[in-house]
Amino acid sequence: MAALRTSTSRLLACSRSPALRPPITARNYATVDPLAKLGESMSSTQPPVPPNKTSTVEEPQKTQDARTKTFHIYRWSPDTPTEKPKMQSYTLDLNKTGPMVLDALIRIKNEVDPTLTFRRSCREGICGSCAMNIDGVNTLACLCRIPTNTSHESRIYPLPHTYVVKDLVPDLTQFYKQYKSIKPFLQRDTKSPDGKEHRQSPADRKKLDGLYECILCACCSTSCPSYWWNSEEYLGPAVLLQSYRWLADSRDERKAERKAALDNNMSLYRCHTILNCSRTCPKGLNPGKAIQEIKKAMATT
Amino acid sequence: MLVQKFTQQSARRLLANPPTLSRFAPPAAIAANRIRLQTRPAAFAPSSSPIQTTPAKPSDAYSILAAQRLQRPISPHLSIYKPQLTWYLSALNRITGCALSGGFYIFGAAYLASPLLGWHLESATMAEWFGGLGAVTKGGIKMAVALPFAFHSWNGVRHLVWDTGRELSNRQVVVTGYIVMGLTVVSSGYLAFFV
Repeated sequence: MAALRTSTSRLLACSRSPALRPPITARNYATVDPLAKLGESMSSTQPPVPPNKTSTVEEPQKTQDARTKTFHIYRWSPDTPTEKPKMQSYTLDLNKTGPMVLDALIRIKNEVDPTLTFRRSCREGICGSCAMNIDGVNTLACLCRIPTNTSHESRIYPLPHTYVVKDLVPDLTQFYKQYKSIKPFLQRDTKSPDGKEHRQSPADRKKLDGLYECILCACCSTSCPSYWWNSEEYLGPAVLLQSYRWLADSRDERKAERKAALDNNMSLYRCHTILNCSRTCPKGLNPGKAIQEIKKAMATT
Repeated sequence: MLVQKFTQQSARRLLANPPTLSRFAPPAAIAANRIRLQTRPAAFAPSSSPIQTTPAKPSDAYSILAAQRLQRPISPHLSIYKPQLTWYLSALNRITGCALSGGFYIFGAAYLASPLLGWHLESATMAEWFGGLGAVTKGGIKMAVALPFAFHSWNGVRHLVWDTGRELSNRQVVVTGYIVMGLTVVSSGYLAFFV
Protein backbone atom coordinates (compact mmCIF):
# COMPACT_ATOMS: atom_id res chain seq x y z
CA MET A 1 0.00 0.00 0.00
CA ALA A 2 1.20 3.48 -0.81
CA ALA A 3 1.86 6.00 1.90
CA LEU A 4 -1.37 7.04 3.58
CA ARG A 5 -0.41 10.64 3.34
CA THR A 6 0.20 11.89 -0.17
CA SER A 7 2.58 14.73 -0.85
CA THR A 8 -0.29 16.97 -1.95
CA SER A 9 -2.25 16.39 1.23
CA ARG A 10 0.91 17.15 3.14
CA LEU A 11 1.23 20.45 1.32
CA LEU A 12 -2.45 21.27 1.65
CA ALA A 13 -2.71 20.37 5.32
CA CYS A 14 -1.29 23.67 6.45
CA SER A 15 -2.48 25.93 3.66
CA ARG A 16 -6.20 25.67 3.39
CA SER A 17 -6.85 28.26 0.76
CA PRO A 18 -10.57 28.94 0.40
CA ALA A 19 -10.04 30.26 -3.12
CA LEU A 20 -8.96 26.84 -4.40
CA ARG A 21 -11.95 24.96 -3.01
CA PRO A 22 -15.61 25.06 -3.78
CA PRO A 23 -17.43 26.51 -0.77
CA ILE A 24 -19.23 23.29 0.05
CA THR A 25 -16.03 21.29 0.53
CA ALA A 26 -14.13 24.06 2.25
CA ARG A 27 -13.77 23.82 5.99
CA ASN A 28 -15.69 26.79 7.03
CA TYR A 29 -14.30 28.27 10.20
CA ALA A 30 -16.94 30.73 11.23
CA THR A 31 -20.44 29.60 10.74
CA VAL A 32 -23.30 29.35 13.13
CA ASP A 33 -25.53 27.10 11.10
CA PRO A 34 -29.24 27.47 11.62
CA LEU A 35 -29.20 23.69 11.91
CA ALA A 36 -26.64 23.78 14.71
CA LYS A 37 -28.75 26.37 16.48
CA LEU A 38 -31.84 24.24 16.10
CA GLY A 39 -30.04 21.11 17.14
CA GLU A 40 -28.53 22.80 20.16
CA SER A 41 -31.97 23.66 21.44
CA MET A 42 -33.17 20.08 20.91
CA SER A 43 -30.17 18.05 22.09
CA SER A 44 -31.06 15.60 24.81
CA THR A 45 -27.64 15.24 26.44
CA GLN A 46 -26.83 18.21 28.66
CA PRO A 47 -27.62 21.05 26.28
CA PRO A 48 -25.75 24.17 27.38
CA VAL A 49 -27.65 27.31 28.28
CA PRO A 50 -27.69 29.21 24.98
CA PRO A 51 -25.66 32.42 24.61
CA ASN A 52 -28.76 34.60 24.43
CA LYS A 53 -29.54 33.67 28.02
CA THR A 54 -26.05 34.42 29.37
CA SER A 55 -24.25 37.72 29.69
CA THR A 56 -21.47 38.85 27.37
CA VAL A 57 -18.02 39.63 28.70
CA GLU A 58 -16.77 42.63 26.79
CA GLU A 59 -13.36 43.50 25.40
CA PRO A 60 -11.47 45.22 28.27
CA GLN A 61 -10.46 48.48 26.55
CA LYS A 62 -12.31 49.30 23.39
CA THR A 63 -10.64 51.48 20.77
CA GLN A 64 -12.13 53.50 17.93
CA ASP A 65 -11.37 51.18 15.04
CA ALA A 66 -11.89 47.91 16.91
CA ARG A 67 -12.72 44.81 14.87
CA THR A 68 -14.91 43.24 17.50
CA LYS A 69 -15.71 39.57 17.16
CA THR A 70 -17.89 37.48 19.42
CA PHE A 71 -16.85 34.06 20.70
CA HIS A 72 -19.37 31.74 22.36
CA ILE A 73 -17.51 29.31 24.58
CA TYR A 74 -18.85 26.25 26.40
CA ARG A 75 -18.49 26.59 30.17
CA TRP A 76 -19.01 24.10 32.96
CA SER A 77 -17.26 23.99 36.30
CA PRO A 78 -16.95 20.98 38.62
CA ASP A 79 -17.05 23.41 41.56
CA THR A 80 -20.72 24.05 40.84
CA PRO A 81 -21.72 20.65 39.46
CA THR A 82 -25.46 21.16 39.69
CA GLU A 83 -25.35 24.18 37.40
CA LYS A 84 -26.09 23.43 33.77
CA PRO A 85 -23.30 23.94 31.24
CA LYS A 86 -23.64 27.31 29.54
CA MET A 87 -22.39 29.17 26.52
CA GLN A 88 -20.44 32.20 27.71
CA SER A 89 -19.99 35.00 25.18
CA TYR A 90 -16.81 37.04 24.93
CA THR A 91 -16.09 39.92 22.59
CA LEU A 92 -12.53 40.51 21.49
CA ASP A 93 -10.87 43.16 19.35
CA LEU A 94 -9.15 41.20 16.61
CA ASN A 95 -6.59 44.01 16.18
CA LYS A 96 -5.21 43.14 19.61
CA THR A 97 -5.52 39.37 19.25
CA GLY A 98 -3.17 36.93 17.54
CA PRO A 99 -4.27 35.16 14.38
CA MET A 100 -5.22 31.77 15.82
CA VAL A 101 -8.15 30.65 17.95
CA LEU A 102 -5.68 29.61 20.66
CA ASP A 103 -4.41 33.20 20.75
CA ALA A 104 -7.98 34.35 21.33
CA LEU A 105 -8.47 31.82 24.16
CA ILE A 106 -5.18 32.80 25.80
CA ARG A 107 -6.09 36.47 25.51
CA ILE A 108 -9.48 35.82 27.10
CA LYS A 109 -7.80 33.94 29.94
CA ASN A 110 -5.11 36.59 30.46
CA GLU A 111 -7.13 39.76 30.10
CA VAL A 112 -10.81 39.02 30.40
CA ASP A 113 -11.70 35.92 32.38
CA PRO A 114 -8.98 33.92 34.17
CA THR A 115 -11.47 31.17 35.08
CA LEU A 116 -11.67 29.95 31.47
CA THR A 117 -10.03 26.53 31.35
CA PHE A 118 -8.48 24.76 28.34
CA ARG A 119 -5.47 22.59 27.58
CA ARG A 120 -2.65 23.97 25.50
CA SER A 121 1.05 23.48 25.22
CA CYS A 122 3.10 23.71 22.05
CA ARG A 123 0.97 26.23 20.06
CA GLU A 124 2.24 24.68 16.81
CA GLY A 125 0.14 21.58 16.25
CA ILE A 126 2.56 19.00 17.57
CA CYS A 127 1.28 18.20 21.06
CA GLY A 128 -2.44 17.86 20.36
CA SER A 129 -3.47 19.37 23.69
CA CYS A 130 -5.72 22.09 22.34
CA ALA A 131 -8.05 19.80 20.38
CA MET A 132 -11.60 21.17 20.55
CA ASN A 133 -14.70 21.70 18.48
CA ILE A 134 -14.44 25.07 16.76
CA ASP A 135 -17.39 26.21 14.68
CA GLY A 136 -18.69 22.69 14.52
CA VAL A 137 -15.49 20.99 13.41
CA ASN A 138 -12.94 19.24 15.62
CA THR A 139 -9.52 20.77 15.18
CA LEU A 140 -6.53 22.10 17.06
CA ALA A 141 -7.11 25.65 18.31
CA CYS A 142 -3.48 26.48 17.58
CA LEU A 143 -3.79 25.55 13.89
CA CYS A 144 -7.19 27.15 13.35
CA ARG A 145 -7.24 30.74 12.18
CA ILE A 146 -9.81 33.09 13.63
CA PRO A 147 -12.12 33.94 10.76
CA THR A 148 -11.64 37.65 10.18
CA ASN A 149 -15.29 38.11 9.27
CA THR A 150 -16.51 39.83 12.42
CA SER A 151 -20.20 39.45 11.61
CA HIS A 152 -19.90 35.70 12.14
CA GLU A 153 -19.90 34.55 15.73
CA SER A 154 -17.54 31.69 16.59
CA ARG A 155 -18.63 28.83 18.78
CA ILE A 156 -16.15 26.74 20.72
CA TYR A 157 -17.10 23.46 22.40
CA PRO A 158 -15.03 20.70 23.99
CA LEU A 159 -14.50 17.56 21.88
CA PRO A 160 -17.97 16.12 21.18
CA HIS A 161 -19.50 13.35 23.30
CA THR A 162 -16.75 13.34 25.92
CA TYR A 163 -17.12 13.75 29.66
CA VAL A 164 -16.26 17.33 30.49
CA VAL A 165 -13.69 17.84 33.23
CA LYS A 166 -14.02 21.61 33.09
CA ASP A 167 -14.94 24.07 30.33
CA LEU A 168 -13.01 22.94 27.23
CA VAL A 169 -11.11 20.12 28.95
CA PRO A 170 -12.42 16.65 28.06
CA ASP A 171 -11.76 13.45 29.99
CA LEU A 172 -9.66 11.32 27.63
CA THR A 173 -9.00 8.48 30.09
CA GLN A 174 -10.96 5.97 28.01
CA PHE A 175 -9.21 7.10 24.83
CA TYR A 176 -5.76 6.53 26.37
CA LYS A 177 -6.83 3.19 27.82
CA GLN A 178 -7.91 2.08 24.37
CA TYR A 179 -4.58 3.24 22.95
CA LYS A 180 -2.78 1.18 25.58
CA SER A 181 -4.94 -1.84 24.74
CA ILE A 182 -3.56 -2.14 21.19
CA LYS A 183 0.00 -2.50 22.55
CA PRO A 184 1.52 0.44 20.70
CA PHE A 185 5.08 -0.84 20.69
CA LEU A 186 7.31 -3.10 18.63
CA GLN A 187 6.82 -6.77 19.53
CA ARG A 188 9.50 -9.19 18.35
CA ASP A 189 10.67 -12.62 19.39
CA THR A 190 13.79 -12.85 17.24
CA LYS A 191 16.91 -10.76 17.57
CA SER A 192 18.36 -8.97 14.57
CA PRO A 193 21.17 -11.07 12.96
CA ASP A 194 23.99 -8.67 13.88
CA GLY A 195 22.60 -7.86 17.34
CA LYS A 196 22.12 -4.20 16.37
CA GLU A 197 18.90 -2.33 15.58
CA HIS A 198 16.07 -3.94 13.63
CA ARG A 199 16.55 -2.74 10.09
CA GLN A 200 13.88 -1.99 7.52
CA SER A 201 14.04 -1.31 3.80
CA PRO A 202 13.21 2.23 2.60
CA ALA A 203 10.10 0.80 0.92
CA ASP A 204 8.91 -0.74 4.19
CA ARG A 205 9.67 2.47 6.03
CA LYS A 206 7.58 4.39 3.52
CA LYS A 207 4.54 2.33 4.52
CA LEU A 208 4.59 4.07 7.89
CA ASP A 209 4.28 7.55 6.39
CA GLY A 210 0.87 8.95 7.21
CA LEU A 211 0.66 6.71 10.28
CA TYR A 212 3.49 7.70 12.58
CA GLU A 213 2.67 11.43 12.36
CA CYS A 214 -0.49 10.98 14.43
CA ILE A 215 -0.32 13.07 17.61
CA LEU A 216 -3.29 11.40 19.35
CA CYS A 217 -5.25 14.62 19.73
CA ALA A 218 -8.53 12.63 19.57
CA CYS A 219 -10.07 15.02 17.03
CA CYS A 220 -10.94 12.14 14.68
CA SER A 221 -12.27 9.72 17.29
CA THR A 222 -14.58 12.32 18.78
CA SER A 223 -15.84 13.36 15.34
CA CYS A 224 -17.02 9.81 14.64
CA PRO A 225 -20.75 9.25 15.30
CA SER A 226 -20.02 5.55 15.64
CA TYR A 227 -17.52 6.31 18.39
CA TRP A 228 -20.03 8.64 20.08
CA TRP A 229 -22.50 5.79 20.53
CA ASN A 230 -20.01 2.96 21.18
CA SER A 231 -16.94 4.51 22.77
CA GLU A 232 -16.90 1.81 25.46
CA GLU A 233 -16.03 -0.93 23.00
CA TYR A 234 -15.32 0.52 19.56
CA LEU A 235 -11.69 1.63 19.41
CA GLY A 236 -12.27 4.67 17.22
CA PRO A 237 -10.28 6.02 14.27
CA ALA A 238 -7.24 7.36 16.12
CA VAL A 239 -6.53 4.12 17.97
CA LEU A 240 -7.22 2.03 14.86
CA LEU A 241 -4.82 4.20 12.85
CA GLN A 242 -2.19 3.41 15.48
CA SER A 243 -3.18 -0.24 15.40
CA TYR A 244 -2.55 -0.22 11.66
CA ARG A 245 0.76 1.57 12.22
CA TRP A 246 1.98 -1.61 13.98
CA LEU A 247 0.26 -3.96 11.57
CA ALA A 248 2.00 -2.21 8.67
CA ASP A 249 5.42 -2.27 10.36
CA SER A 250 7.66 -4.83 8.68
CA ARG A 251 9.63 -5.32 11.93
CA ASP A 252 6.68 -6.35 14.09
CA GLU A 253 6.25 -10.11 14.55
CA ARG A 254 2.93 -10.31 16.40
CA LYS A 255 0.64 -9.40 13.53
CA ALA A 256 -1.59 -12.47 13.96
CA GLU A 257 -2.06 -11.66 17.63
CA ARG A 258 -2.86 -8.02 16.86
CA LYS A 259 -5.41 -9.05 14.25
CA ALA A 260 -6.99 -11.62 16.58
CA ALA A 261 -7.52 -8.87 19.16
CA LEU A 262 -9.50 -6.86 16.61
CA ASP A 263 -11.50 -9.85 15.35
CA ASN A 264 -14.81 -9.20 17.08
CA ASN A 265 -17.83 -7.19 16.06
CA MET A 266 -17.09 -4.15 18.23
CA SER A 267 -13.38 -3.18 18.21
CA LEU A 268 -13.00 -2.64 14.48
CA TYR A 269 -16.24 -3.35 12.68
CA ARG A 270 -18.24 -0.52 14.27
CA CYS A 271 -16.57 1.59 11.58
CA HIS A 272 -19.26 2.26 8.96
CA THR A 273 -17.00 4.31 6.67
CA ILE A 274 -18.59 7.59 7.68
CA LEU A 275 -15.21 9.28 7.13
CA ASN A 276 -15.69 12.27 9.43
CA CYS A 277 -12.32 11.20 10.82
CA SER A 278 -10.28 11.87 7.70
CA ARG A 279 -12.23 15.03 7.02
CA THR A 280 -11.41 16.53 10.41
CA CYS A 281 -7.79 15.40 11.00
CA PRO A 282 -5.80 18.58 11.72
CA LYS A 283 -2.61 16.83 10.61
CA GLY A 284 -4.00 15.82 7.21
CA LEU A 285 -3.82 12.08 7.92
CA ASN A 286 -6.34 9.53 6.69
CA PRO A 287 -7.57 7.27 9.51
CA GLY A 288 -10.51 6.14 7.36
CA LYS A 289 -8.15 4.60 4.84
CA ALA A 290 -6.06 2.98 7.56
CA ILE A 291 -9.18 1.30 9.00
CA GLN A 292 -10.12 0.12 5.52
CA GLU A 293 -6.63 -1.37 5.13
CA ILE A 294 -7.06 -3.25 8.43
CA LYS A 295 -10.42 -4.59 7.25
CA LYS A 296 -8.81 -5.73 3.99
CA ALA A 297 -5.96 -7.40 5.86
CA MET A 298 -8.46 -9.14 8.16
CA ALA A 299 -10.46 -10.38 5.18
CA THR A 300 -7.54 -11.75 3.19
CA THR A 301 -5.70 -13.72 5.85
CA MET B 1 37.68 55.05 11.43
CA LEU B 2 35.83 53.19 14.18
CA VAL B 3 35.30 56.34 16.21
CA GLN B 4 33.93 58.11 13.19
CA LYS B 5 31.48 55.32 12.51
CA PHE B 6 30.36 55.21 16.12
CA THR B 7 29.71 58.96 16.20
CA GLN B 8 27.79 58.75 12.97
CA GLN B 9 25.58 55.95 14.28
CA SER B 10 24.87 57.77 17.53
CA ALA B 11 23.99 60.93 15.67
CA ARG B 12 21.59 58.99 13.45
CA ARG B 13 19.96 57.32 16.42
CA LEU B 14 19.51 60.63 18.20
CA LEU B 15 17.97 62.13 15.10
CA ALA B 16 15.54 59.24 14.76
CA ASN B 17 14.54 59.18 18.45
CA PRO B 18 15.04 62.59 20.01
CA PRO B 19 15.54 62.10 23.73
CA THR B 20 12.47 62.85 25.83
CA LEU B 21 11.94 62.49 29.51
CA SER B 22 9.56 59.56 28.99
CA ARG B 23 12.46 57.45 27.73
CA PHE B 24 13.88 57.51 31.21
CA ALA B 25 10.63 56.71 32.99
CA PRO B 26 10.90 52.88 33.09
CA PRO B 27 14.48 52.77 34.42
CA ALA B 28 13.60 55.47 36.92
CA ALA B 29 10.54 53.55 38.07
CA ILE B 30 12.60 50.41 38.52
CA ALA B 31 15.25 52.33 40.39
CA ALA B 32 12.66 53.88 42.68
CA ASN B 33 11.02 50.48 43.21
CA ARG B 34 7.73 51.83 41.96
CA ILE B 35 7.24 49.43 39.08
CA ARG B 36 3.93 47.58 38.95
CA LEU B 37 4.19 44.13 37.55
CA GLN B 38 1.57 42.92 35.09
CA THR B 39 -1.38 41.71 37.09
CA ARG B 40 -4.57 39.85 36.39
CA PRO B 41 -7.01 41.85 38.49
CA ALA B 42 -9.88 39.39 38.13
CA ALA B 43 -7.73 36.60 39.59
CA PHE B 44 -7.48 38.53 42.83
CA ALA B 45 -11.07 39.25 43.59
CA PRO B 46 -11.35 41.63 46.50
CA SER B 47 -12.65 39.90 49.58
CA SER B 48 -12.64 40.99 53.19
CA SER B 49 -11.71 37.59 54.60
CA PRO B 50 -8.88 35.33 53.40
CA ILE B 51 -9.85 32.39 51.19
CA GLN B 52 -11.14 29.42 53.17
CA THR B 53 -9.68 26.05 52.31
CA THR B 54 -10.61 22.57 53.46
CA PRO B 55 -7.83 20.14 54.31
CA ALA B 56 -7.65 17.02 52.09
CA LYS B 57 -5.39 14.01 52.38
CA PRO B 58 -3.68 12.58 49.28
CA SER B 59 -5.72 9.40 49.85
CA ASP B 60 -8.91 11.42 49.34
CA ALA B 61 -7.93 12.09 45.73
CA TYR B 62 -9.71 9.02 44.40
CA SER B 63 -13.01 9.67 46.17
CA ILE B 64 -12.97 13.33 45.12
CA LEU B 65 -12.33 12.31 41.54
CA ALA B 66 -15.05 9.65 41.61
CA ALA B 67 -17.54 12.17 43.02
CA GLN B 68 -16.59 14.65 40.31
CA ARG B 69 -16.88 12.07 37.56
CA LEU B 70 -20.44 11.23 38.54
CA GLN B 71 -21.38 14.85 37.92
CA ARG B 72 -19.59 15.39 34.64
CA PRO B 73 -21.80 16.39 31.73
CA ILE B 74 -21.35 14.89 28.27
CA SER B 75 -20.30 17.54 25.81
CA PRO B 76 -22.77 18.29 22.98
CA HIS B 77 -22.24 16.24 19.82
CA LEU B 78 -24.85 15.53 17.14
CA SER B 79 -26.44 18.93 17.56
CA ILE B 80 -23.29 21.01 17.27
CA TYR B 81 -21.20 19.06 14.77
CA LYS B 82 -21.05 20.84 11.46
CA PRO B 83 -23.30 19.34 8.77
CA GLN B 84 -20.92 17.71 6.32
CA LEU B 85 -21.39 15.53 3.29
CA THR B 86 -19.61 12.64 5.00
CA TRP B 87 -21.85 11.98 7.96
CA TYR B 88 -25.07 13.32 6.45
CA LEU B 89 -24.86 10.88 3.54
CA SER B 90 -23.96 8.08 5.96
CA ALA B 91 -27.02 8.89 8.10
CA LEU B 92 -29.16 9.09 4.98
CA ASN B 93 -27.84 5.71 3.85
CA ARG B 94 -28.95 4.15 7.10
CA ILE B 95 -32.32 5.92 7.15
CA THR B 96 -33.13 4.92 3.56
CA GLY B 97 -31.96 1.37 4.27
CA CYS B 98 -34.22 1.11 7.31
CA ALA B 99 -37.15 2.66 5.45
CA LEU B 100 -36.77 0.35 2.44
CA SER B 101 -36.29 -2.86 4.37
CA GLY B 102 -38.93 -1.85 6.94
CA GLY B 103 -41.41 -1.12 4.16
CA PHE B 104 -40.54 -4.42 2.50
CA TYR B 105 -41.09 -6.40 5.72
CA ILE B 106 -44.34 -4.58 6.55
CA PHE B 107 -45.73 -5.13 3.06
CA GLY B 108 -44.56 -8.76 3.04
CA ALA B 109 -46.21 -9.47 6.40
CA ALA B 110 -49.40 -7.70 5.33
CA TYR B 111 -49.46 -9.70 2.09
CA LEU B 112 -49.09 -12.95 4.04
CA ALA B 113 -51.82 -11.97 6.48
CA SER B 114 -54.19 -10.52 3.86
CA PRO B 115 -56.19 -13.74 3.16
CA LEU B 116 -56.88 -14.07 6.89
CA LEU B 117 -57.89 -10.44 7.32
CA GLY B 118 -59.73 -10.14 4.05
CA TRP B 119 -57.43 -7.44 2.61
CA HIS B 120 -56.89 -7.24 -1.12
CA LEU B 121 -53.20 -6.81 -1.76
CA GLU B 122 -52.93 -8.90 -4.93
CA SER B 123 -51.05 -7.36 -7.84
CA ALA B 124 -54.18 -6.97 -9.96
CA THR B 125 -56.06 -5.06 -7.23
CA MET B 126 -53.02 -2.88 -6.48
CA ALA B 127 -52.53 -2.06 -10.17
CA GLU B 128 -56.20 -1.16 -10.54
CA TRP B 129 -56.06 1.12 -7.50
CA PHE B 130 -52.86 2.76 -8.68
CA GLY B 131 -54.23 3.23 -12.22
CA GLY B 132 -57.18 5.16 -10.82
CA LEU B 133 -54.95 7.83 -9.23
CA GLY B 134 -54.13 11.22 -10.77
CA ALA B 135 -50.87 11.75 -12.65
CA VAL B 136 -49.36 13.96 -9.94
CA THR B 137 -50.19 11.52 -7.13
CA LYS B 138 -48.79 8.62 -9.17
CA GLY B 139 -45.55 10.48 -9.82
CA GLY B 140 -45.35 11.53 -6.16
CA ILE B 141 -45.79 8.00 -4.81
CA LYS B 142 -43.31 6.55 -7.31
CA MET B 143 -40.79 9.30 -6.50
CA ALA B 144 -41.17 8.66 -2.74
CA VAL B 145 -40.18 5.03 -3.27
CA ALA B 146 -37.66 5.60 -6.07
CA LEU B 147 -35.60 8.26 -4.26
CA PRO B 148 -34.57 6.16 -1.24
CA PHE B 149 -34.16 3.09 -3.44
CA ALA B 150 -31.89 4.85 -5.92
CA PHE B 151 -29.87 6.58 -3.23
CA HIS B 152 -29.35 3.44 -1.19
CA SER B 153 -28.32 1.46 -4.28
CA TRP B 154 -25.83 4.02 -5.61
CA ASN B 155 -24.39 4.68 -2.18
CA GLY B 156 -24.10 0.92 -1.73
CA VAL B 157 -21.89 0.85 -4.83
CA ARG B 158 -19.83 3.66 -3.31
CA HIS B 159 -19.40 1.59 -0.15
CA LEU B 160 -18.33 -1.46 -2.19
CA VAL B 161 -15.67 0.66 -3.90
CA TRP B 162 -14.49 1.87 -0.49
CA ASP B 163 -14.30 -1.71 0.72
CA THR B 164 -11.56 -2.30 -1.84
CA GLY B 165 -9.56 0.55 -0.28
CA ARG B 166 -10.09 2.99 -3.13
CA GLU B 167 -11.57 6.52 -3.36
CA LEU B 168 -10.90 7.25 0.31
CA SER B 169 -9.13 10.61 0.14
CA ASN B 170 -11.10 13.62 1.37
CA ARG B 171 -11.50 14.98 -2.14
CA GLN B 172 -12.58 11.66 -3.60
CA VAL B 173 -15.14 11.17 -0.81
CA VAL B 174 -16.73 14.53 -1.63
CA VAL B 175 -16.63 13.96 -5.38
CA THR B 176 -18.15 10.46 -5.16
CA GLY B 177 -20.76 11.84 -2.75
CA TYR B 178 -21.91 14.38 -5.33
CA ILE B 179 -21.83 11.76 -8.08
CA VAL B 180 -24.11 9.55 -5.96
CA MET B 181 -26.51 12.42 -5.33
CA GLY B 182 -26.60 13.32 -9.04
CA LEU B 183 -27.19 9.72 -10.09
CA THR B 184 -29.90 9.41 -7.44
CA VAL B 185 -31.86 12.38 -8.75
CA VAL B 186 -31.52 11.35 -12.40
CA SER B 187 -32.29 7.66 -11.93
CA SER B 188 -35.19 8.17 -9.50
CA GLY B 189 -36.64 10.76 -11.88
CA TYR B 190 -36.42 8.17 -14.63
CA LEU B 191 -38.01 5.46 -12.44
CA ALA B 192 -40.81 7.77 -11.33
CA PHE B 193 -41.81 9.35 -14.63
CA PHE B 194 -40.62 7.11 -17.48
CA VAL B 195 -41.12 3.56 -16.23
